[in-house]
Amino acid sequence: MYSDSPENSTARVTDPVSFVIKISNLHFSYPGKRQPTVLNIPAWQVARGDRVFLKGPSGSGKSTLLNLLAGILVANQGRIEILGQDIAALSAHKRDRFRAAHIGIVFQQFNLIPYLSVLDNIRLAAHFGKKHITGLDLMAKQLFEALGLDHTLITKKASNLSVGQQQRVAIARALINAPEILIVDEPTSALDSDIRDAFIKILMAIGQIQGNTLLFVSHDTALTPHFHHVVNLAEINLAGGNQYVS
Amino acid sequence: MFLKVAWHSLLNRKYTVLLTLISVAISTFVLLGIEHIRHEAKESFSKTVSGVDLIVGARTGQLNLLLYSVFRMGNATNNISWESYRELATDPKVAWTIPISLGDSHRGYRVMGTTQDYFTHFRFGQNTSLSFAQGDPFVQLFDVVLGAEVTRKLGYRLNERIVLTHGLGHTSFSKHDDKPFRVTGILRPTGTPVDQALYISLQGMEVIHLDWKDGVKIPGKQTSAHELAALDLTPQSITAFLVGLKSKIATFHVQRQVNHYQKEPLLAILPGIALTELWQMMKVMENTLRLISILVLFSSLLGLSTMLLASIRERQREIAIMRAIGASPFFVFLTIQTEALLISLTGIMAAIFALVIGIFFAQPFLADNYGIFINHFAINSQMLGMLGVIVMGTLLLGLIPALSAYRFSLHHGLGMKS
Repeated sequence: MYSDSPENSTARVTDPVSFVIKISNLHFSYPGKRQPTVLNIPAWQVARGDRVFLKGPSGSGKSTLLNLLAGILVANQGRIEILGQDIAALSAHKRDRFRAAHIGIVFQQFNLIPYLSVLDNIRLAAHFGKKHITGLDLMAKQLFEALGLDHTLITKKASNLSVGQQQRVAIARALINAPEILIVDEPTSALDSDIRDAFIKILMAIGQIQGNTLLFVSHDTALTPHFHHVVNLAEINLAGGNQYVS
Repeated sequence: MFLKVAWHSLLNRKYTVLLTLISVAISTFVLLGIEHIRHEAKESFSKTVSGVDLIVGARTGQLNLLLYSVFRMGNATNNISWESYRELATDPKVAWTIPISLGDSHRGYRVMGTTQDYFTHFRFGQNTSLSFAQGDPFVQLFDVVLGAEVTRKLGYRLNERIVLTHGLGHTSFSKHDDKPFRVTGILRPTGTPVDQALYISLQGMEVIHLDWKDGVKIPGKQTSAHELAALDLTPQSITAFLVGLKSKIATFHVQRQVNHYQKEPLLAILPGIALTELWQMMKVMENTLRLISILVLFSSLLGLSTMLLASIRERQREIAIMRAIGASPFFVFLTIQTEALLISLTGIMAAIFALVIGIFFAQPFLADNYGIFINHFAINSQMLGMLGVIVMGTLLLGLIPALSAYRFSLHHGLGMKS
């Protein structure tokens, strides 16, 4: 359907049905001499609205890939396009702004700044995403309802919430800027199975409403039925786990 | 926004932050306090004497003469004979003199024997003469004029009769209770050692020592008022005298004349020059104090930096979260610097507050015990400069944790490497 040639890729930047994530010929190793190549991905794409389950053992380069997709790390070679934008072409500051506006990230644990209130945690994300604060409270309220969170939690200090509540607030925070891409990194390892199932259901429901692309990174293969695609990082990454053992 | 984050982050670690803040506050307190007292002490000394061209006393150190004659600190080594005083006082170049006779005290305040010239010629501050709040200068033998502070502290009223003590102690065993003095005048406050003394005539001074020999009361000897009238009460000697000249040009000439006086060893000093020597002597101490306070400040700012640096370790997770939601490393840097600045500024504010309160309460103590009159605490331009240095120092030392956080956020990204 399309080729990887650079001439064509520039033409697709404005194409709305193109891939939200498109990696071509990516090479990455951490700075320093004789550092092993962590990632070598010739080609990988995620289409808009896709729900991808990315699995791989620890040390396979999952987190490095997430850092690259988020624009925190920059590839040594190759090209990463997010929403048609070549990430490496942006300045460091613009990459941070781009991440704030277009990518929502949820970690496995400790997602919130503990000493800020729930609302301030969300406001901070909105601040970086350059969202106006006026509509924020209403939006937060809607997200809270959708996530099954009590609205009174909003004034509480983040550290006073239970782990499950914190996870859901983290999703609300990740979605406040209506990002096109939601990256969820090992979100369920800290949750017991009941809460985990509820969490996945909420995630899926929200995804349906907002229409964002979901990249779910986990090794909990029990969750794979919820996703369109299951990608094993070891299959797309030619660098392989054998070169990088932590 | 980083202000809010920084503020809540500090509140979150309130105990370590509070300790650091106290340390910054104390060092700022010391620095500004020393500066204020130094400045005020200088002011206080400078305004104590004005319009006096020369101070003459028995030969001693220049500073010693200045301190005992004007500031009432320490004691004279020797006296000047009355004849020498009269001879020098009647010199045609001399406009006026104020003889001073010290050595007695009344309930911890010094009693000074002098003449009425003291009230007409003595000047303090910006050439201000002494004025009376109540009453008039002494006229009679047993008249006494009180300084403002003496009146306030001891609660004397006009015409009250008081007993003067021989010696300098607070509670002397040998009171001159046979010859009470009447308060004829009370001076207005001057904010100088003038407030801390009682003034009687030179003759009055002689009288209270009449029946005494070598500081001990002669048993059974009591001079009656009738006998007094017949006595020659011209003093044998005085402690020192202040000189006003007809022309300032003659100052050095008269000084040389006094210093080369043949009949007894005398010393004449120029108050301004003696004060300068005093400042020079104090300068070493001032600089030492300042150096110490700067070192204390440096160490407390270093403590601030250390506290923040240690906090970075436990905040790695938090930094990763900020990065994930789009914070630039610069935002992280700014947050840490803001925290450092908040602590330092709050510390400075606490120090200033403590100084205002502390000096308010220290004022009477310093005045009573050292004769140093300190104004209310106010920030002068030099202190503003110091505060600027503190803020700059904070930002500079804040660079250590802030850059550490910056580097962390740059290299560690979302927290864990795979």
